[in-house]
Amino acid sequence: MIDLYLNLPVWVQATIKGLIAIGVLIPVAGACSMAERKVSAWIQGRPGPNRAIVPWVAWIPFVGKALQRLGVFHLMADGAKFVFKEDVVPGHVNKFYYYVAPLVALIPALCTIVVVPFGAYIDATTETLKPLILADVDVGILAVFAIGSLSVYALILAGWASNSKYPFLGGVRASAQLISYELSMTLSVIPVFLWVNAPGGNGTLSLFDVVESQSQAGFLGGMWFIFLMPMCAFIFLVALFAETNRQPFDMPESESDLVGGFHTEYGEFKWSLFFVAEYVHMTIGSGVFVLLFLGGWNPLPWIPLEMVISSMPMWLGALVGVGCFLGKTFFFIFFFMWVRWTLPRFRYDQVMKLGWQKLLPLAIANVIFYALAIAMIELS
Amino acid sequence: MSFKTVERKPLTFAERTYVPQIVNGLMTTFKKMVKPNETLEYPEARPPIPEGYRGVPTLVKDPNGREKCVSCQLCEFVCPPKAIRIKPGEIDPTSDSAHVEKAPEAFDIDMLRCIYCGLCQEVCPEEAIWLQNVFSLSGYTREEMVNDKDKLYELGGTLPDKHFKWDQKKAAEDRGNAAH
Repeated sequence: MIDLYLNLPVWVQATIKGLIAIGVLIPVAGACSMAERKVSAWIQGRPGPNRAIVPWVAWIPFVGKALQRLGVFHLMADGAKFVFKEDVVPGHVNKFYYYVAPLVALIPALCTIVVVPFGAYIDATTETLKPLILADVDVGILAVFAIGSLSVYALILAGWASNSKYPFLGGVRASAQLISYELSMTLSVIPVFLWVNAPGGNGTLSLFDVVESQSQAGFLGGMWFIFLMPMCAFIFLVALFAETNRQPFDMPESESDLVGGFHTEYGEFKWSLFFVAEYVHMTIGSGVFVLLFLGGWNPLPWIPLEMVISSMPMWLGALVGVGCFLGKTFFFIFFFMWVRWTLPRFRYDQVMKLGWQKLLPLAIANVIFYALAIAMIELS
Repeated sequence: MSFKTVERKPLTFAERTYVPQIVNGLMTTFKKMVKPNETLEYPEARPPIPEGYRGVPTLVKDPNGREKCVSCQLCEFVCPPKAIRIKPGEIDPTSDSAHVEKAPEAFDIDMLRCIYCGLCQEVCPEEAIWLQNVFSLSGYTREEMVNDKDKLYELGGTLPDKHFKWDQKKAAEDRGNAAH
């Protein structure tokens, strides 16, 4: 089986891997929308969606009932509804860009997965840890930022193509907000890479190397970066909330003052594409946070994955790694939802003030502090 | 002076970063998350109905199964939205309760008109009409929403009162000391 796979042409291998990644990512994004409803319900003291069930699943004892209570079939019903709804296109929109915008939202969101490693395995021949990744390229985090930030075009395009005032305002807000928080976000990861790239070695921006440097021996080597650089993690997390348009920063959408923001004029499947894109962004954003600051696939601080899986067969080790990584990522997705149903939305001017007057100076000070600290450690 | 100047303390540094407040808020919502639900899953679970609730008006029978309504039509006259229609009828002279003389032949309450004010219950000299605890009523047609006599007795059931006013009256008459 593995030999057959390895004998395939490279592009076929890549296609298979890509399709598998997408095949995992889109259902996760769909499940997120249900999780969102469930978390909101639990926080508000409600049971949440729990009625829909497929008859033949109802015959399975316990499991069928449990799935029904979790609202799994509501998710399927929602998905089917989006596919079969009437395709309404308002007469006043710019048709071409109106249709393109949801695709522009989804494609960059799915593309970022290419450079995000989601697990690791021990290569049998070289006895070293290799990442489970679609493309093990050196640009890593740079590619994530570059492709991920393209999603702002989707919001602007949707807002502009809708040709009506609230979507337009949503698009304008989206552009201003995403651009301002991107600065802080990028600045906040610089100390991490300063620490990872020891002078004299090969420079790297790969996320795999970031995790590797969190799984070395010794007190400092095995420490996750969230303990080493809590301020970086904090700034990155705040900027991540803003970048993924999540509450309390969901200015582009802000349904209380902009009806629905950039997607006011959208319906049925196109609308759901925007949502899948948002949740994919959230998933990958959480994944990147876990890789950068929470030790990626390492089960616990100071206990690297290699130590745990060295005696296991390759496939089991790989599964343990992916499990650890996904567990942490799902916790962060839950955290996103938890924050969403806790905090009220900021006002637009507060968002801008926070971004430019508080977060950006803090990020710059943070970079300078860590640059000096790392230089001191290296010199001594 | 009818007003008082409240002293506003300047926010501390921790308060201005919002972070302690956000953490507090997260703790609060987490506590809510693990608490049992505040809501009822309605059609299966019903809320407790308090004593004296004014639900759908119904007609009741006494413990002997005699219909208490004597079709005096006071409720029909008092009903503000004119939801009640009564057609008075005579009681069969051979029956046990022939001395009551009158009973409704037809008794309709139009639930599309009823405003649940409870005046019919208040005015009824026989304690025959009661607003009970049914609070959700639905139907597919207007006709369905008119409760006729059979439906009203089905909803009402029996009132377990023990004074048996009409039986006592009959007994008194038999003893020869009728009131009138």
